[in-house]
Amino acid sequence: MNKFSKYLATAGIASILGISTVASADTDLTMYYPVAVGGSLTKIVDGMIEKFESQNSGINVNAIYAGNYNDARVKALAALQSGQPAQLSVMFSIDIHALRNLDAIVAFDDVVSTDAERKWLDSFYPALMENGKADGKTWGVPFQRSTIVMYYNKDMFRAAGLDPEKPPTTWAEFAEMGKKLVKKDSSGNVEQWGAMIPSTGYPYWMFGALTKQNSEVLMNQAGTETYFDKPGVIEALEYWQDLGNKHAIMPSGVIEWGTLRQNFLDGKTAIMWHSTGNLTTVKNKASFDFGVAKLPGNTELGSPTGGGNFYIFKKSSADEKAAALKLVKFMTSAEQAAHWSKATGYMGVGPAAYETDTLKAYVKEFPPAAVARDQLTHATAELSTHEAGRVRKFLDDAIQAALTGQMSAKEAMMDAQKQAKSTLRRYQ
Amino acid sequence: MLKRFNLKAWLLLLPALSLLIAFTHWPTIKSFWRSVTWARSDAAPAKFVGLENYEILLEDPVFWKVLENNFWYALGTVPTSIALAIMMALWVNSKIRFTGLLRLAFFTPTILPMITVANIWLFFYSPNIGLFNQLLAMIGVTGPNWLGDPDIALSSLMIMTVWKEAGFFMIFYLAALQTLSPELFEAAKVEGASAWRMFRKITFPLLMPTTLFVLINALLNAFKLVDHLFILTKGGPNNASNLLLYYIYETAFSFLDSYYAATLTVIMLLILAITALVQMLLIDRKIHYR
Repeated sequence: MNKFSKYLATAGIASILGISTVASADTDLTMYYPVAVGGSLTKIVDGMIEKFESQNSGINVNAIYAGNYNDARVKALAALQSGQPAQLSVMFSIDIHALRNLDAIVAFDDVVSTDAERKWLDSFYPALMENGKADGKTWGVPFQRSTIVMYYNKDMFRAAGLDPEKPPTTWAEFAEMGKKLVKKDSSGNVEQWGAMIPSTGYPYWMFGALTKQNSEVLMNQAGTETYFDKPGVIEALEYWQDLGNKHAIMPSGVIEWGTLRQNFLDGKTAIMWHSTGNLTTVKNKASFDFGVAKLPGNTELGSPTGGGNFYIFKKSSADEKAAALKLVKFMTSAEQAAHWSKATGYMGVGPAAYETDTLKAYVKEFPPAAVARDQLTHATAELSTHEAGRVRKFLDDAIQAALTGQMSAKEAMMDAQKQAKSTLRRYQ
Repeated sequence: MLKRFNLKAWLLLLPALSLLIAFTHWPTIKSFWRSVTWARSDAAPAKFVGLENYEILLEDPVFWKVLENNFWYALGTVPTSIALAIMMALWVNSKIRFTGLLRLAFFTPTILPMITVANIWLFFYSPNIGLFNQLLAMIGVTGPNWLGDPDIALSSLMIMTVWKEAGFFMIFYLAALQTLSPELFEAAKVEGASAWRMFRKITFPLLMPTTLFVLINALLNAFKLVDHLFILTKGGPNNASNLLLYYIYETAFSFLDSYYAATLTVIMLLILAITALVQMLLIDRKIHYR
């Protein structure tokens, strides 16, 4: 309907202006875009594309919204295989190795031609580029990007006698303050938890934060080795276990990703670790005074980045690639990135976005919007290896096994490392 | 003459047959072929590897885990949904008031899409804000972490599945009950048979064709329906609630390993074919058709 009406509108305007559309001069782009649920995100992207088309009359963009990151990748690749057009897509930043193994994407270094374009490629936050680089080239340009931040309920901080402007900055403080924030009823049942770190959905992502905070990374840049069995990594998992068992500031066992935000909004937990992508929703729905802070650290601060990058498909003509690059440049330009960040809570992808009036005013009015950016200096790449799906699942399973008490942290991690090593052997 | 007759028959069969071949038989053959080949990635040419994929499968602990889970899942959901369906059908078939409303109430879970249902139940099951634990808290019981505890995650999925499926099967039983001739029951009443005896000796045996149909469907569903896993547990924690079809999906679309996914698919096809065959051959003989 939307596409059709857009077509009608375009045709209408064209006929009014007396323009006869010359088909051969136009470049058609098909872009796959991951949207889990329709609604606001779709509208925002649609609006940006319309603006792009009005500025670039020779390019028509057809955006196909395709479920979550997995769905978008599956659909885009299926379209390519069956010969249907697809020139670019936003896909999971950590799919880079898989997409390269499939020989599906081109490096942006091979598409840019002018010095201005090369400069543009250098204009992003370096931390956001980590998941987009391999073999010295850039394959993914950051767009829908996030980090994990700490949301906390300031009212509860006040009620517990804590300073609402001083959220915990170290692991020790986190446990200490968490204990003060736990509230029990007369029969000893917990009514309000100190904190919740989700351990379903994307356990490896949360774990990436804990390991970085303990000065460890989970894999090498080439994605051929994992370091799950390092003492510092095991220690990070033990700390996570302790939050539930020893310090009892979190429910023990696993914590559901999907319902966590509601738990926080309903006042069942004083602190939650969650994606910055939730910021706008929390802002609109929280009935209490809340704050957003960087995650606490042990030996250093840290969080992995997350989210989706732009990729350009190899199977497109030179004209299409140039047009796709134009679109990516437009979408990541300071003005658009700022608009996008304000509308969604995802990050502005480069420093220039935060220099725009839009974001300057927004950050002034709503300081939490800058926390994700400030945290970027402590950020690390999200777990991304060859055979990423499998390796991720080894780690996810190990984390859940440890948190539910099926295995000790050490056993679980040794096990995951063994499995990952044998899976990755073929790529070394 | 005979030839022309054959041609006509084949022409009549053609639409159904072409659909079956294109979307059932050919993919089956392709899956089987794929399960004996392997390539580094989808971009590389596949080579024949014999039974290597099956050897990997035998050593894959997750495969055995999902198989075991699927066994318990089928055992937990199929008999319960059938028993519930019969009970509900008998109830809404009796002459009480508001049967229309009652039938609607029992059928409602069936018309809701599984994904919607799972999204609602995700909040029912949530340990802190969830409906179940809030109800339990009222009577002073601390509820479990329904989906987060590896010991009960699978059972939690089963409860929802039974709730979802029983209403659907009820419809078949209700239809069957309404075809039973009332004379049989009148005669039994004259003989002074108890309600339980009537059910055991008349109703249940006469419902057997329906039960076979429902049983096959329920068993197939126990393997086929995994929509709720995407929302509720994603097979976790640590594969505690993972089922075979979901594992196939993960292998194909998350691990991007279409060869191993094909191998798992062949195993699943075998299981389904064998179950269907056993049911048809063994139980079918004992059923009384009119």
